[in-house]
Amino acid sequence: MSARRIVITSGKGGVGKTTTTANLGAVLAKRGHRVILVDADIGLRNLDLVLGVEKRIVFDIVEVVEGRCQLRQALIKDKRIENLSILPAAQTRDKTAIGELQFAQVIEQLGEMCDYVLIDCPAGIEHGFRNAIAGASEAIVVTTPEVSAIRDADRVIGKLHERSLPLRLIINRIRPEMVRSGDMLSVDDVTDILSAELLGIVPDDEEVIDTTNKGEPIGLQVESRLGIIYDKIARRLEGDLVPFTQLSTPGFFGRLFRKAG
Amino acid sequence: MFEFLARFFGKPSSSATAKERLRLVLLSDHLSLAPDVVEALKHDLIEVISRYVDVDAANCDVTFEQQEKRVAMLANVPILAMRARPMPRRTTPRKPAGTAPQPAADAPANGVPRAPGRAKRKRRRQADPSAPATAGLSPA
Ligand SMILES: Nc1ncnc2c1ncn2[C@@H]1O[C@H](COP(=O)(O)OP(=O)(O)O)[C@@H](O)[C@H]1O
Ligand SMILES: [Mg+2]
Repeated sequence: MSARRIVITSGKGGVGKTTTTANLGAVLAKRGHRVILVDADIGLRNLDLVLGVEKRIVFDIVEVVEGRCQLRQALIKDKRIENLSILPAAQTRDKTAIGELQFAQVIEQLGEMCDYVLIDCPAGIEHGFRNAIAGASEAIVVTTPEVSAIRDADRVIGKLHERSLPLRLIINRIRPEMVRSGDMLSVDDVTDILSAELLGIVPDDEEVIDTTNKGEPIGLQVESRLGIIYDKIARRLEGDLVPFTQLSTPGFFGRLFRKAG
Repeated sequence: MFEFLARFFGKPSSSATAKERLRLVLLSDHLSLAPDVVEALKHDLIEVISRYVDVDAANCDVTFEQQEKRVAMLANVPILAMRARPMPRRTTPRKPAGTAPQPAADAPANGVPRAPGRAKRKRRRQADPSAPATAGLSPA
Protein backbone atom coordinates (compact mmCIF):
# COMPACT_ATOMS: atom_id res chain seq x y z
CA MET A 1 0.00 0.00 0.00
CA SER A 2 1.06 3.52 -0.69
CA ALA A 3 1.79 5.87 2.19
CA ARG A 4 -0.39 8.60 3.61
CA ARG A 5 0.85 11.82 2.09
CA ILE A 6 0.06 14.71 4.42
CA VAL A 7 0.76 18.32 3.57
CA ILE A 8 1.25 20.68 6.53
CA THR A 9 0.08 24.12 5.52
CA SER A 10 -1.19 27.41 6.94
CA GLY A 11 -1.21 30.29 4.48
CA LYS A 12 0.55 32.62 6.91
CA GLY A 13 4.24 32.22 7.64
CA GLY A 14 5.71 31.72 11.09
CA VAL A 15 2.73 29.93 12.63
CA GLY A 16 4.53 26.61 13.12
CA LYS A 17 4.38 24.49 9.95
CA THR A 18 8.03 23.50 10.06
CA THR A 19 7.93 22.91 13.81
CA THR A 20 4.85 20.73 13.40
CA THR A 21 6.34 18.76 10.50
CA ALA A 22 9.57 18.03 12.37
CA ASN A 23 8.00 17.09 15.69
CA LEU A 24 5.08 15.13 14.35
CA GLY A 25 7.40 13.29 11.96
CA ALA A 26 9.78 12.41 14.78
CA VAL A 27 6.96 11.14 16.99
CA LEU A 28 5.41 9.08 14.19
CA ALA A 29 8.81 7.50 13.51
CA LYS A 30 9.24 6.79 17.23
CA ARG A 31 5.91 5.02 17.08
CA GLY A 32 7.36 2.66 14.51
CA HIS A 33 6.19 4.13 11.22
CA ARG A 34 8.53 4.76 8.34
CA VAL A 35 8.41 8.53 7.86
CA ILE A 36 9.84 10.80 5.17
CA LEU A 37 9.70 14.56 5.63
CA VAL A 38 9.76 16.77 2.55
CA ASP A 39 10.79 20.40 2.67
CA ALA A 40 8.69 22.05 -0.02
CA ASP A 41 9.91 25.53 0.81
CA ILE A 42 12.33 25.91 -2.09
CA GLY A 43 14.68 28.84 -1.64
CA LEU A 44 13.94 29.07 2.10
CA ARG A 45 14.98 25.70 3.39
CA ASN A 46 14.54 25.30 7.12
CA LEU A 47 13.36 21.84 8.00
CA ASP A 48 16.92 20.47 7.90
CA LEU A 49 17.96 23.05 10.49
CA VAL A 50 15.07 22.32 12.85
CA LEU A 51 15.92 18.61 12.62
CA GLY A 52 19.64 19.25 13.02
CA VAL A 53 20.73 17.54 9.79
CA GLU A 54 21.83 20.67 7.93
CA LYS A 55 25.47 19.59 7.72
CA ARG A 56 24.66 16.35 6.00
CA ILE A 57 22.83 17.63 2.94
CA VAL A 58 24.35 16.54 -0.34
CA PHE A 59 21.50 16.69 -2.84
CA ASP A 60 18.10 18.35 -2.79
CA ILE A 61 14.66 17.93 -4.31
CA VAL A 62 15.41 20.11 -7.34
CA GLU A 63 18.41 17.99 -8.20
CA VAL A 64 16.23 14.92 -7.93
CA VAL A 65 13.71 16.39 -10.35
CA GLU A 66 16.47 17.45 -12.74
CA GLY A 67 17.83 13.93 -12.74
CA ARG A 68 21.20 14.84 -11.19
CA CYS A 69 20.83 12.17 -8.54
CA GLN A 70 18.66 9.27 -7.45
CA LEU A 71 15.82 10.00 -5.07
CA ARG A 72 17.37 7.70 -2.45
CA GLN A 73 20.67 9.56 -2.64
CA ALA A 74 19.00 12.82 -1.68
CA LEU A 75 17.29 11.39 1.40
CA ILE A 76 19.01 12.06 4.72
CA LYS A 77 18.42 9.47 7.40
CA ASP A 78 18.13 10.77 10.92
CA LYS A 79 20.86 9.22 13.07
CA ARG A 80 18.94 9.43 16.33
CA ILE A 81 15.53 8.25 15.22
CA GLU A 82 15.21 5.13 13.17
CA ASN A 83 12.76 5.26 10.26
CA LEU A 84 12.96 9.04 9.90
CA SER A 85 14.33 10.61 6.71
CA ILE A 86 14.17 14.02 5.15
CA LEU A 87 14.24 15.23 1.57
CA PRO A 88 15.67 18.75 1.72
CA ALA A 89 14.58 21.72 -0.37
CA ALA A 90 17.04 23.55 -2.60
CA GLN A 91 18.37 26.66 -0.94
CA THR A 92 19.89 28.54 -3.85
CA ARG A 93 17.22 27.92 -6.44
CA ASP A 94 14.14 29.85 -7.38
CA LYS A 95 10.82 28.50 -6.11
CA THR A 96 9.61 28.04 -9.68
CA ALA A 97 12.36 25.47 -10.34
CA ILE A 98 9.82 22.63 -10.03
CA GLY A 99 6.30 22.27 -11.35
CA GLU A 100 3.25 20.65 -9.78
CA LEU A 101 3.43 17.49 -11.82
CA GLN A 102 7.10 16.88 -11.02
CA PHE A 103 6.47 17.52 -7.38
CA ALA A 104 3.57 15.12 -7.31
CA GLN A 105 5.72 12.45 -8.98
CA VAL A 106 8.42 12.77 -6.32
CA ILE A 107 5.82 12.49 -3.55
CA GLU A 108 4.29 9.45 -5.19
CA GLN A 109 7.69 7.77 -5.43
CA LEU A 110 8.39 8.55 -1.77
CA GLY A 111 5.02 7.07 -0.93
CA GLU A 112 6.23 3.72 -2.20
CA MET A 113 9.12 3.84 0.25
CA CYS A 114 7.41 4.59 3.57
CA ASP A 115 4.19 4.84 5.62
CA TYR A 116 3.94 8.60 6.08
CA VAL A 117 5.14 11.40 3.83
CA LEU A 118 4.87 14.76 5.61
CA ILE A 119 5.20 17.77 3.33
CA ASP A 120 6.28 21.05 4.91
CA CYS A 121 4.46 23.66 2.81
CA PRO A 122 5.81 27.16 2.22
CA ALA A 123 3.77 30.21 3.24
CA GLY A 124 1.34 31.74 0.78
CA ILE A 125 -1.13 30.24 -1.67
CA GLU A 126 0.87 30.61 -4.85
CA HIS A 127 3.29 28.40 -6.72
CA GLY A 128 4.98 26.78 -3.72
CA PHE A 129 1.66 26.01 -2.09
CA ARG A 130 0.23 24.44 -5.24
CA ASN A 131 3.36 22.31 -5.54
CA ALA A 132 3.19 21.18 -1.93
CA ILE A 133 -0.44 20.09 -2.14
CA ALA A 134 -0.07 18.53 -5.59
CA GLY A 135 0.96 15.10 -4.36
CA ALA A 136 -0.86 15.11 -1.02
CA SER A 137 -3.73 12.85 -0.05
CA GLU A 138 -4.71 14.85 3.04
CA ALA A 139 -3.80 18.06 4.84
CA ILE A 140 -3.08 19.44 8.28
CA VAL A 141 -3.81 23.13 8.59
CA VAL A 142 -1.77 24.85 11.28
CA THR A 143 -2.97 28.11 12.74
CA THR A 144 -2.41 30.25 15.80
CA PRO A 145 -5.29 31.90 17.69
CA GLU A 146 -4.72 35.23 15.96
CA VAL A 147 -6.97 37.01 13.50
CA SER A 148 -4.54 37.19 10.59
CA ALA A 149 -3.44 33.56 10.91
CA ILE A 150 -7.06 32.42 11.07
CA ARG A 151 -8.06 34.45 8.05
CA ASP A 152 -5.21 32.96 6.05
CA ALA A 153 -6.06 29.48 7.30
CA ASP A 154 -9.57 30.06 6.03
CA ARG A 155 -8.22 30.92 2.58
CA VAL A 156 -6.12 27.78 2.57
CA ILE A 157 -9.05 25.65 3.72
CA GLY A 158 -11.05 27.00 0.79
CA LYS A 159 -8.26 26.00 -1.60
CA LEU A 160 -8.03 22.53 -0.05
CA HIS A 161 -11.80 22.08 -0.38
CA GLU A 162 -11.49 22.93 -4.07
CA ARG A 163 -9.10 20.01 -4.39
CA SER A 164 -11.32 17.81 -2.21
CA LEU A 165 -8.40 17.22 0.14
CA PRO A 166 -9.56 16.10 3.59
CA LEU A 167 -8.10 18.31 6.31
CA ARG A 168 -7.77 18.71 10.04
CA LEU A 169 -6.64 21.56 12.20
CA ILE A 170 -3.76 22.02 14.64
CA ILE A 171 -4.03 25.12 16.79
CA ASN A 172 -0.54 26.13 17.76
CA ARG A 173 0.80 28.51 20.40
CA ILE A 174 -2.27 28.59 22.61
CA ARG A 175 -1.72 30.38 25.89
CA PRO A 176 -4.27 29.00 28.34
CA GLU A 177 -4.02 31.84 30.84
CA MET A 178 -4.75 34.36 28.07
CA VAL A 179 -7.71 32.31 26.85
CA ARG A 180 -9.09 32.24 30.36
CA SER A 181 -8.78 35.96 30.79
CA GLY A 182 -10.53 36.53 27.47
CA ASP A 183 -7.46 37.94 25.75
CA MET A 184 -7.02 35.10 23.29
CA LEU A 185 -9.41 33.19 21.07
CA SER A 186 -10.11 29.77 22.50
CA VAL A 187 -9.82 26.45 20.72
CA ASP A 188 -13.59 26.33 20.37
CA ASP A 189 -13.67 29.83 18.91
CA VAL A 190 -11.12 28.86 16.26
CA THR A 191 -12.70 25.56 15.24
CA ASP A 192 -16.05 27.30 15.21
CA ILE A 193 -14.89 30.12 12.96
CA LEU A 194 -13.05 27.80 10.59
CA SER A 195 -15.60 24.97 10.89
CA ALA A 196 -12.83 22.43 10.62
CA GLU A 197 -12.18 19.25 12.52
CA LEU A 198 -9.60 19.52 15.29
CA LEU A 199 -6.49 17.34 15.24
CA GLY A 200 -4.43 18.90 17.99
CA ILE A 201 -3.81 21.74 20.40
CA VAL A 202 -0.22 22.79 21.03
CA PRO A 203 0.51 25.37 23.74
CA ASP A 204 3.00 28.15 23.36
CA ASP A 205 6.04 26.67 25.04
CA GLU A 206 9.67 27.69 25.26
CA GLU A 207 10.58 24.03 24.90
CA VAL A 208 10.01 24.57 21.16
CA ILE A 209 12.69 27.25 21.01
CA ASP A 210 15.05 25.18 23.10
CA THR A 211 14.75 22.08 20.93
CA THR A 212 14.92 24.12 17.72
CA ASN A 213 18.10 25.80 18.95
CA LYS A 214 19.69 22.41 19.45
CA GLY A 215 18.24 20.87 16.30
CA GLU A 216 16.56 18.12 18.26
CA PRO A 217 13.03 17.19 17.39
CA ILE A 218 10.73 16.80 20.38
CA GLY A 219 10.17 13.14 19.70
CA LEU A 220 13.60 12.52 21.18
CA GLN A 221 12.28 13.25 24.64
CA VAL A 222 9.01 11.40 24.69
CA GLU A 223 8.38 12.32 28.29
CA SER A 224 8.65 16.05 27.70
CA ARG A 225 5.58 18.29 27.89
CA LEU A 226 5.39 18.69 24.15
CA GLY A 227 6.46 15.12 23.47
CA ILE A 228 3.24 13.97 25.10
CA ILE A 229 1.20 16.44 23.11
CA TYR A 230 2.66 15.47 19.73
CA ASP A 231 2.27 11.84 20.66
CA LYS A 232 -1.46 12.39 21.11
CA ILE A 233 -1.63 14.08 17.72
CA ALA A 234 0.20 11.14 16.16
CA ARG A 235 -2.28 8.72 17.71
CA ARG A 236 -5.20 10.73 16.36
CA LEU A 237 -3.61 10.56 12.93
CA GLU A 238 -3.38 6.80 13.29
CA GLY A 239 -7.13 6.80 13.94
CA ASP A 240 -7.30 6.57 17.74
CA LEU A 241 -9.97 8.57 19.52
CA VAL A 242 -7.77 10.48 21.93
CA PRO A 243 -9.86 12.93 23.96
CA PHE A 244 -8.91 16.58 24.04
CA THR A 245 -8.22 17.86 27.51
CA GLN A 246 -9.71 21.23 28.22
CA LEU A 247 -7.09 23.94 28.34
CA SER A 248 -9.39 26.20 30.28
CA THR A 249 -9.72 23.97 33.33
CA PRO A 250 -9.23 26.15 36.39
CA GLY A 251 -6.06 25.50 38.30
CA PHE A 252 -2.42 26.36 38.31
CA PHE A 253 -1.10 27.91 35.12
CA GLY A 254 1.82 25.54 35.11
CA ARG A 255 -0.41 22.53 35.30
CA LEU A 256 -2.58 23.85 32.53
CA PHE A 257 0.27 23.66 30.08
CA ARG A 258 0.56 19.99 30.67
CA LYS A 259 -3.12 19.55 30.03
CA ALA A 260 -2.96 20.50 26.38
CA GLY A 261 -3.74 17.99 23.73
CA MET B 1 -5.61 43.61 38.68
CA PHE B 2 -6.87 46.61 36.78
CA GLU B 3 -7.55 44.35 33.84
CA PHE B 4 -9.55 42.07 36.07
CA LEU B 5 -11.63 44.93 37.41
CA ALA B 6 -12.19 46.35 33.98
CA ARG B 7 -13.49 43.00 32.82
CA PHE B 8 -15.56 42.60 35.91
CA PHE B 9 -17.35 45.81 35.06
CA GLY B 10 -18.27 44.66 31.61
CA LYS B 11 -15.50 45.67 29.27
CA PRO B 12 -15.78 43.29 26.31
CA SER B 13 -12.86 40.91 26.05
CA SER B 14 -10.49 41.31 23.16
CA SER B 15 -11.13 37.72 22.10
CA ALA B 16 -14.83 38.46 21.68
CA THR B 17 -13.91 41.43 19.52
CA ALA B 18 -11.52 39.26 17.52
CA LYS B 19 -14.20 36.65 16.94
CA GLU B 20 -16.73 39.17 15.71
CA ARG B 21 -14.22 40.88 13.43
CA LEU B 22 -13.15 37.54 12.00
CA ARG B 23 -16.72 36.50 11.32
CA LEU B 24 -17.30 39.63 9.34
CA VAL B 25 -14.06 39.55 7.40
CA LEU B 26 -14.37 35.86 6.53
CA LEU B 27 -17.90 36.40 5.38
CA SER B 28 -16.84 39.15 3.04
CA ASP B 29 -13.93 36.96 1.87
CA HIS B 30 -16.37 34.16 1.09
CA LEU B 31 -18.96 36.31 -0.62
CA SER B 32 -16.47 38.67 -2.18
CA LEU B 33 -18.39 41.47 -0.48
CA ALA B 34 -16.68 44.36 1.25
CA PRO B 35 -17.26 44.52 5.04
CA ASP B 36 -19.14 47.80 4.74
CA VAL B 37 -21.48 46.22 2.20
CA VAL B 38 -22.24 43.47 4.70
CA GLU B 39 -22.95 46.09 7.34
CA ALA B 40 -25.26 47.93 4.95
CA LEU B 41 -27.06 44.68 4.18
CA LYS B 42 -27.70 44.07 7.88
CA HIS B 43 -28.96 47.58 8.31
CA ASP B 44 -31.34 47.41 5.36
CA LEU B 45 -32.65 44.03 6.38
CA ILE B 46 -33.62 45.27 9.82
CA GLU B 47 -35.15 48.36 8.28
CA VAL B 48 -37.37 46.28 6.00
CA ILE B 49 -38.54 44.07 8.83
CA SER B 50 -39.38 47.06 10.98
CA ARG B 51 -41.81 48.27 8.33
CA TYR B 52 -44.04 45.40 9.33
CA VAL B 53 -43.31 44.83 12.99
CA ASP B 54 -41.92 46.90 15.83
CA VAL B 55 -38.49 45.49 16.42
CA ASP B 56 -36.08 45.92 19.25
CA ALA B 57 -33.45 47.53 17.04
CA ALA B 58 -30.84 47.69 19.78
CA ASN B 59 -30.92 43.93 20.24
CA CYS B 60 -31.08 42.81 16.64
CA ASP B 61 -28.46 40.32 15.70
CA VAL B 62 -27.65 39.37 12.15
CA THR B 63 -25.00 36.72 11.82
CA PHE B 64 -23.56 34.61 9.10
CA GLU B 65 -22.77 31.01 9.52
CA GLN B 66 -20.56 28.73 7.51
CA GLN B 67 -22.55 25.61 6.75
CA GLU B 68 -20.43 23.03 4.97
CA LYS B 69 -19.67 24.72 1.69
CA ARG B 70 -22.11 27.61 1.83
CA VAL B 71 -22.80 30.57 4.01
CA ALA B 72 -26.19 31.10 5.65
CA MET B 73 -27.49 34.36 7.01
CA LEU B 74 -29.36 34.18 10.30
CA ALA B 75 -31.32 37.14 11.58
CA ASN B 76 -32.43 37.20 15.17
CA VAL B 77 -34.84 40.12 15.42
CA PRO B 78 -36.73 40.52 18.71
CA ILE B 79 -40.27 41.74 18.05
CA LEU B 80 -41.81 44.22 20.44
CA ALA B 81 -45.25 44.34 18.82
CA MET B 82 -47.00 43.77 15.54
CA ARG B 83 -47.86 46.86 13.61
CA ALA B 84 -51.59 47.34 12.92
CA ARG B 85 -50.85 47.65 9.22
CA PRO B 86 -47.66 47.66 7.29
CA MET B 87 -45.99 51.02 6.92
CA PRO B 88 -46.99 52.52 3.58
CA ARG B 89 -43.45 53.23 2.36
CA ARG B 90 -42.45 50.98 -0.50
CA THR B 91 -39.60 51.18 -2.87
CA THR B 92 -40.78 48.49 -5.27
CA PRO B 93 -44.27 48.22 -6.71
CA ARG B 94 -46.39 45.68 -4.94
CA LYS B 95 -47.34 42.49 -6.72
CA PRO B 96 -51.07 42.10 -7.48
CA ALA B 97 -52.91 41.77 -4.18
CA GLY B 98 -54.59 38.60 -3.04
CA THR B 99 -52.28 37.13 -0.45
CA ALA B 100 -52.74 37.51 3.27
CA PRO B 101 -53.35 41.09 4.30
CA GLN B 102 -50.58 41.25 6.83
CA PRO B 103 -47.11 39.89 6.43
CA ALA B 104 -46.05 37.37 8.97
CA ALA B 105 -43.13 38.10 11.20
CA ASP B 106 -41.25 35.14 9.91
CA ALA B 107 -41.69 35.93 6.24
CA PRO B 108 -38.51 35.02 4.41
CA ALA B 109 -36.40 38.07 3.85
CA ASN B 110 -35.94 37.32 0.18
CA GLY B 111 -39.58 38.05 -0.61
CA VAL B 112 -40.78 34.55 -1.38
CA PRO B 113 -44.60 34.55 -1.15
CA ARG B 114 -45.83 33.33 2.17
CA ALA B 115 -47.62 30.08 2.44
CA PRO B 116 -51.19 30.32 3.69
CA GLY B 117 -52.06 29.17 7.17
CA ARG B 118 -49.59 31.25 9.08
CA ALA B 119 -52.25 33.18 10.99
CA LYS B 120 -52.10 30.98 14.04
CA ARG B 121 -48.37 31.14 14.22
CA LYS B 122 -48.50 34.86 13.90
CA ARG B 123 -50.81 35.19 16.85
CA ARG B 124 -48.59 33.02 18.92
CA ARG B 125 -45.67 35.25 18.20
CA GLN B 126 -47.75 38.22 19.14
CA ALA B 127 -48.45 36.69 22.50
CA ASP B 128 -44.78 36.30 23.10
CA PRO B 129 -43.15 39.56 22.15
CA SER B 130 -39.69 38.29 22.91
CA ALA B 131 -39.91 35.58 20.28
CA PRO B 132 -37.30 36.23 17.65
CA ALA B 133 -37.97 36.12 13.96
CA THR B 134 -35.46 34.09 12.11
CA ALA B 135 -34.91 34.79 8.49
CA GLY B 136 -32.68 32.45 6.58
CA LEU B 137 -31.27 33.00 3.18
CA SER B 138 -28.21 31.59 1.61
CA PRO B 139 -26.32 33.21 -1.21
CA ALA B 140 -25.73 30.91 -4.14
N1 LIG C 1 4.22 25.95 20.14
C1 LIG C 1 5.22 26.85 20.04
N2 LIG C 1 5.68 27.47 21.14
C2 LIG C 1 6.67 28.38 21.03
N3 LIG C 1 7.25 28.75 19.88
C3 LIG C 1 6.84 28.18 18.74
C4 LIG C 1 5.80 27.21 18.75
N4 LIG C 1 5.58 26.81 17.47
C5 LIG C 1 6.45 27.50 16.71
N5 LIG C 1 7.20 28.34 17.45
C6 LIG C 1 8.24 29.25 16.96
O1 LIG C 1 7.70 30.08 15.97
C7 LIG C 1 8.60 30.33 14.95
C8 LIG C 1 8.01 29.95 13.60
O2 LIG C 1 7.80 28.55 13.56
P1 LIG C 1 7.95 27.73 12.21
O3 LIG C 1 7.62 26.32 12.52
O4 LIG C 1 9.26 28.00 11.57
O5 LIG C 1 6.78 28.38 11.35
P2 LIG C 1 6.46 28.22 9.77
O6 LIG C 1 7.15 26.99 9.28
O7 LIG C 1 4.97 28.12 9.72
O8 LIG C 1 6.94 29.47 9.12
C9 LIG C 1 9.85 29.53 15.27
O9 LIG C 1 10.80 30.40 15.85
C10 LIG C 1 9.38 28.51 16.28
O10 LIG C 1 10.39 28.15 17.19
MG1 LIG D 1 8.55 26.88 7.58
